[in-house]
Amino acid sequence: MLDVIGAGSIDDLLVGVPAKARLAQPLALAPALAESDLVRHLRELAAQDADADSYACFLGGGSYDHYVPSPINHLISRGEFFTAYTPYQPEASQGTLRTIFEYQTMMAELAGMDVANASIYDGGSSLAEGALMAHAVTSRPEIVLAGGVHPLHRRVVATYCAGPGLRLRDVASPDGVLDLDAAGKLVGGKTAAFVVQSPNFYGCLEDVRAAAEIAHAAGALLVVSADPVNLGVLEAPGRLGADIYVGEGQGLGVPMSYGGPNLGVFAAKQDLVRRMPGRLVGATVDVDGERGFVLTLQTREQHIRRAKATSNICTNVALCALMATIYLSLLGKQGLVKVGELSAAKAHYAAERLTAIPGVSLRFRVPFFKEFVLALPKPPERVAARLVKDRILAGVPLKSFDRRLKDCLLVAVTEQRTREEIDRLATALAKAVGA
Amino acid sequence: MSRQATPSYDQLVFELSSPGRIGYSLPACDVPVADARAFLPASALRAEAPALPEVSEFDVVRHYSRLSRLNYGLDTHFYPLGSCTMKYNPKLNEDMARLPGFGRLHPLTPESAAQGALGLMHALAQALAEIAGMDAVSLQPAAGAQGELAGILMIRAYHLANREKRTKVLVPNSAHGTNPASTAIAGYEVVEVKSTANGEVDVEDLARHLDTEVAAFMITVPNTLGMFEPRIVEMTELCHAKGVQVYMDGANLNAILGITRPGDLGFDVCHFNLHKTFTTPHGGGGPGAGPVGVKAHLEPFLPVPVVTRQGERYGLDWRRPKSIGKLQAFWGNFGMLVRAYTYLRTMGADGLRAVSENAVLNANYILKRLEPHYAAAAPGPCMHECVVSARRQKKLGVSAMDIAKRLLDLGFYAPSTYFPLIVEEALMIEPTETESKQTLDAFCDAMIRIAREAEENPSVILEAPVTTPVRRLDQTKAAREPKLRWSRAER
Amino acid sequence: MGSVPSDLMYTKEHEWAKTEGDRVRVGITAYAQEQLGDVVFVELPKVGATVIQHKGFGVVESVKAVSDLFAPLSGTVVEVNAELPNAPEVVNQDPYGRGWMILIAPSDPAQRANLLTAALYEAFIAEGGH
Repeated sequence: MLDVIGAGSIDDLLVGVPAKARLAQPLALAPALAESDLVRHLRELAAQDADADSYACFLGGGSYDHYVPSPINHLISRGEFFTAYTPYQPEASQGTLRTIFEYQTMMAELAGMDVANASIYDGGSSLAEGALMAHAVTSRPEIVLAGGVHPLHRRVVATYCAGPGLRLRDVASPDGVLDLDAAGKLVGGKTAAFVVQSPNFYGCLEDVRAAAEIAHAAGALLVVSADPVNLGVLEAPGRLGADIYVGEGQGLGVPMSYGGPNLGVFAAKQDLVRRMPGRLVGATVDVDGERGFVLTLQTREQHIRRAKATSNICTNVALCALMATIYLSLLGKQGLVKVGELSAAKAHYAAERLTAIPGVSLRFRVPFFKEFVLALPKPPERVAARLVKDRILAGVPLKSFDRRLKDCLLVAVTEQRTREEIDRLATALAKAVGA
Repeated sequence: MSRQATPSYDQLVFELSSPGRIGYSLPACDVPVADARAFLPASALRAEAPALPEVSEFDVVRHYSRLSRLNYGLDTHFYPLGSCTMKYNPKLNEDMARLPGFGRLHPLTPESAAQGALGLMHALAQALAEIAGMDAVSLQPAAGAQGELAGILMIRAYHLANREKRTKVLVPNSAHGTNPASTAIAGYEVVEVKSTANGEVDVEDLARHLDTEVAAFMITVPNTLGMFEPRIVEMTELCHAKGVQVYMDGANLNAILGITRPGDLGFDVCHFNLHKTFTTPHGGGGPGAGPVGVKAHLEPFLPVPVVTRQGERYGLDWRRPKSIGKLQAFWGNFGMLVRAYTYLRTMGADGLRAVSENAVLNANYILKRLEPHYAAAAPGPCMHECVVSARRQKKLGVSAMDIAKRLLDLGFYAPSTYFPLIVEEALMIEPTETESKQTLDAFCDAMIRIAREAEENPSVILEAPVTTPVRRLDQTKAAREPKLRWSRAER
Repeated sequence: MGSVPSDLMYTKEHEWAKTEGDRVRVGITAYAQEQLGDVVFVELPKVGATVIQHKGFGVVESVKAVSDLFAPLSGTVVEVNAELPNAPEVVNQDPYGRGWMILIAPSDPAQRANLLTAALYEAFIAEGGH
């Protein structure tokens, strides 16, 4: 090959690299391992982790142990799906484009919105994109967030809003849900978006319709963040007044995988479609009149619009969106409803059993869905650490999220948790709090 | 003209739906709660189940299997997209990412019970820092564009900490679109720097633009024409003399592994595309991962939390008052981090050096074989990718897009077209190191055949593709009458 | 492409301006629509909006490109072409007629001196149009 090129050695091809910047030594990296040794090394690492196969997982807070049906992994591992890239040549990418079109359809349907995009990275960045979009549409400088919005999502919003200099304002939620009077005072003529999450970070259901009225009365957009897994049972945000819907779609068949990759869901009303971030797939026809699908409205995106693009997003999480599409196809109309019903039923059973323990109570006295906050008589971090020894991941201690909740534990219950596991949690928790 | 014998599969899952069919297996409710809805306010409940498909599991398996076969993927086709580094995705990566201790691990697991995952992240961050000659790495950004945003925001924080108000970022006119887009989100004015006829940065134009209003200069090395930028050290020095920070877009890192490092060239910050250089799969458009590396002076601004090590214990450090904040909710695309780590431990230092050498060799081989037939965008040698122009063919009525469509018929996924913007009728070809000489020759033979067809029989190119599941698609119709979701009425 | 209508004035950003009494009608030239390709969307200001000479007043999109629209004269928008949202292709089909975009009440007649005649515009595009 060098002969064809006309070079004496590969070094001749590297002549453009300045000599003084050339590495004289090999990189100081850990040595290469043969495959079987590498497998052993990684298995040893993985074995140190308390995963949900070996531990009863009651952790929530934006990532959930919902069951992942077996066909998903097999189908997404087909090389034609997982080794393809962005469908720039649509004639050779109809597999990817059709699955994205199906995904857009399903997400718009769940959300009660007109249009969904092909995905953003995760729920936090999706919310941040929603905030920026509201600012672009209204030209207003403030984002008002309900206190129940996931604190880590809020941090992402703050990071994205720093450049444009948008101001974030928070409405207190001392009783676990939005204080509507306080919201009415903060949402006004400077508000681009009023952001509400339901169920919120504490698992509590918010009055989204009331929030919509407050937002729209002030000429602001309502951005609703909601876990799509719950939307078989819970009302679609679009029918509650949302202008923009965002959510963390990880529960729809995406592995928890220590927090990533996840699935940022994003949907909006029809009149906002040209301001939407992210890829959009549309239906069309080919020269023979056959149905086909293409990336469309691309002039919004960075590769054409550059500095004036609706977002900088290029690569998204297409394979995770495919997992969700297959999940929703398998679960279908009836199955998604059942997942929600089972999760909520088990969560309410768990709350009843756990609050029967002396000293343990529900921190907020408002309706919840599949997650709730317990107030404990002993420091939750220590309680949780003790229960790890019983092979139980009891819940998320809330002190690091909100000091006022330093005695609290956030407990999530999905359809995966058996009665036996819940009873075992109750027994272990009772012991740990000294009841 | 050859046509497919069998019509290609043209169903969407909604069209397979039959009321009452189910594809799931859920356990019966084993807790004594008859109906959870009794606990919920009626106004919060959905009145009707969502209109999702009702299909059997086998329906689903057959449907998505058939859809997959409508795709060209890297596993089945040579896929030379420029600056995408479509190299082989090792299957071992997939097995390791699925180890329960990784794939089934909740992000809020107590740190003491997630030491394997944290240890892997720490080791990967250190390895990436070594590869790039940087002092610290954050694994949090979810893709290259987020890495860029993180990098520019850190530069912004750095200048603000020095009480400097700088308002502009310089970007070459050859840059990938995410560069100006990320810069705009960070609140900066984007100013374009010209390129020379060879596609290199015009250093004199850069120097003219450098002043104390400029926060950063963002550049890809090698550049988007596959050329190294011979005056790069001079450029970084010119920037630093004016207090301007220099950012390297790491999309083209595959050219320089073990050969040189961004940190040694004078860069202050760079990002990595794990789904390019480090073999994590492209997934049809993601997920990727875009870690960002910084020199020590930018370390305080890293996204939070930072993975730290104290003795033998790994942890997440949230005490980072100067941090720019968060790019995504949790700690990074951990599933992709496992894959990248697996790849790095497979290759080692010598393996990575061989990667770049072979990537450069392969691209130069293609450039040389195509030279008599296509105009090169810049004089060789190139690095890991080459750009040719179809301007000769355009005079005959055959555009870069037409050539791309004909390649599909000849069994290849097309290179990138019309990028970089500064090259007319551009075809940007990155073969990567994992392709054999046979494959490279087959591709070159196809490109040469097309060049000849352009002269002798252009209609066969203009009609292409004819063997793909659909032929050329009406993009105008898709944009004028957007149909972005399925509806029964329109089927 | 034939020569440009001689009774219009032009800008270097490829807009045309047609005087109609005390109003001025504005659109983009045949050259511009040819460069853009099939127009898929036009974003226009609302009636009553102020436009400023050489500053952006809207956006025209094709499948592969997007271009800002620049006002040839300063003034107030008195009418907007209601046909364009549903039929953007009219811009390609009849750029000087049905493809008009806005009608303005100009605020400063002296600004016409900054516009190009048909002959100057033709020469401009013959040299490459930048």
